[in-house]
Amino acid sequence: MSNITGDFLKRAVGRKNKGMSVPGILLLTAATVFVIISPQILSNYRLNLIITILRIAYLAQCWNLMSGYCGQFSFGHAAFFGIGAYTSSLLYTELGVTPWIGMLAGMAAAGVIGSIIGVLSFVYNLKGDYFALVTLAFAEIFRVIARNTPFLKAAQGVSITYKKDWTQMQFSGKAGFVYFGLILLALITLFLYILQRTRTGQYFIAIRENEDAARALGINTFRYKMTALVLSAMFTAVAGTFYAQYYLHIDPEIVFISEVSVDAIIPCILGGVGTVFGPIIGACIIEPVSEFTNVHFASLPGMNMVTYGLILVIVIIALPNGVVGLADRIREKRARRPLSPNATEGV
Amino acid sequence: MAIPILQSLFDGILMGGVYALAALGVSLIFGVMKITNFAHGALITVGMFVTYELYAALHVNPYVSLPIVIAFMFALGFVIQRVTINPIINAPSHNQLLLTQGLSIVLENLLLVMFTANYKSITLKGFDQAINIGGIAINKPKLIAFGIVVAASFFVYILLNRTDTGHAISATSVQREGATLMGIRVERINAIAFGIGVACAGVAGTLLAPMQYISPTVGEGFQLKCFIIAVFGGLGNIWGAVAAGLIIGVVESMASLALGGSWSEMVIYLIFILVLLFKPTGLFGRKTR
Repeated sequence: MSNITGDFLKRAVGRKNKGMSVPGILLLTAATVFVIISPQILSNYRLNLIITILRIAYLAQCWNLMSGYCGQFSFGHAAFFGIGAYTSSLLYTELGVTPWIGMLAGMAAAGVIGSIIGVLSFVYNLKGDYFALVTLAFAEIFRVIARNTPFLKAAQGVSITYKKDWTQMQFSGKAGFVYFGLILLALITLFLYILQRTRTGQYFIAIRENEDAARALGINTFRYKMTALVLSAMFTAVAGTFYAQYYLHIDPEIVFISEVSVDAIIPCILGGVGTVFGPIIGACIIEPVSEFTNVHFASLPGMNMVTYGLILVIVIIALPNGVVGLADRIREKRARRPLSPNATEGV
Repeated sequence: MAIPILQSLFDGILMGGVYALAALGVSLIFGVMKITNFAHGALITVGMFVTYELYAALHVNPYVSLPIVIAFMFALGFVIQRVTINPIINAPSHNQLLLTQGLSIVLENLLLVMFTANYKSITLKGFDQAINIGGIAINKPKLIAFGIVVAASFFVYILLNRTDTGHAISATSVQREGATLMGIRVERINAIAFGIGVACAGVAGTLLAPMQYISPTVGEGFQLKCFIIAVFGGLGNIWGAVAAGLIIGVVESMASLALGGSWSEMVIYLIFILVLLFKPTGLFGRKTR
């Protein structure tokens, strides 16, 4: 039994269980060092971009955990993002609870909502587009609730007064948020890196590749899908708190809209769905591009988004497996090429 | 007391008809290509703008412009399918969904670039006064829209069930590989089906244009409703979409009478979730998906 399972897993997981390559490690180290020293060398404007990249990459990793690895395609991560943002912000403004604790409360709240969504969807065996639509509907419901509930400050949203006190998750200057964002991104990336080496991670991938086969081999698919969803929801809530503390204002039309969910998906598809570093690569590409178009087409409202949308469409058509997928394809081609015309395999 | 309820019932039915036509497009596209078209709302808006431009520049009555809109939107849909959808027809669904979302971003913002964000509206002489029947006011553009929706639904039904192209579309939606083996040019059929779906969105846009203000993002509000109706009616089922459109129209207008405009959305989303959970095959769907 376990032998068959192992065999199936090996096939399902394929190449994704290999270690990192040397150029990969070098690139990662260089990027990390660059971000660490960036507050000393970059202007506030550029630091803002770095923080956005870190935040979006983190958000994308959260989506990647559940949709990339476990194959449960969410189009409603805005729900968890918004719940995190609202929980910590309201606890702070109404009760004076520090956002460090509010962040944990937000994680708990998102976990609870995530498990409700999960139990409902997975018990009724929703898959693919149907599951995506349910998550989208839930995010919309939270938007309507937030917009119409006076207790949640309705449409005007929650504003946080700036205090410059790190115990309240407010830092002087951008450096604090650069480091906070870097730590979050490093933690979730490490989490995914380790996860895909564990049995749980392998089960996630098996479920993504063929859920029926996974169930037939004795994997409790319901339990693992729930695990992926709830973890993803909890981590996403942290991104919400981060956003609220950085921009100091949230409202339903900022945190609960489908653009947030799209923000979480784009870097993954661009970089490579279900890969450890794909979402980071994706965020490093899409955010500067988006910033560039914003600046260059500032005189013509809408032109920036036309360019952005076109790039998105072209990338999805040209690179269906993302940058990582492209790199793999090139590597495989090289590996298959015989060294000399006479060289034979296995000799 | 009864008058407001009857009034909402009528408004709901008339509006529901327009939703139904737009949703029919979503349903057809999903039925044939298994793609949830997140650009549908933006395509409704494109229909509205084509209608508006014909009205503003050439003084063409919106109802007269319908054939032009249908032809333009069909061609637009055909080209969009050929250029963007066809290459990803077998890709994972998150790629497909994000691609249509990208198309939506492009279309909406192209409209913004071309026509600015200023609100536009069409006022038709002789159409702005409501017909009064026993205290119930019936908005003329809505009534005309309903008539056109009924005609359009029959037209699509006949197109799909009584023509060779229609049979080829049905065959493709049942089994793509099988259809290919039977000599059906599946790629072309997919493009035609997408064109018809987009034309439905365009006609809905034309019908909505005299009823409300026009701006590049106005279609977003209709998009999720289209999904809800398409799923509720059973994806790929035309009369299901029509029935579901009328139901959702009435529910929406009743809910907004009872709960106020902004909470009424909530009722619709809750129905959507319940339908997805308990009856994802829709009103008349079979037991299994």
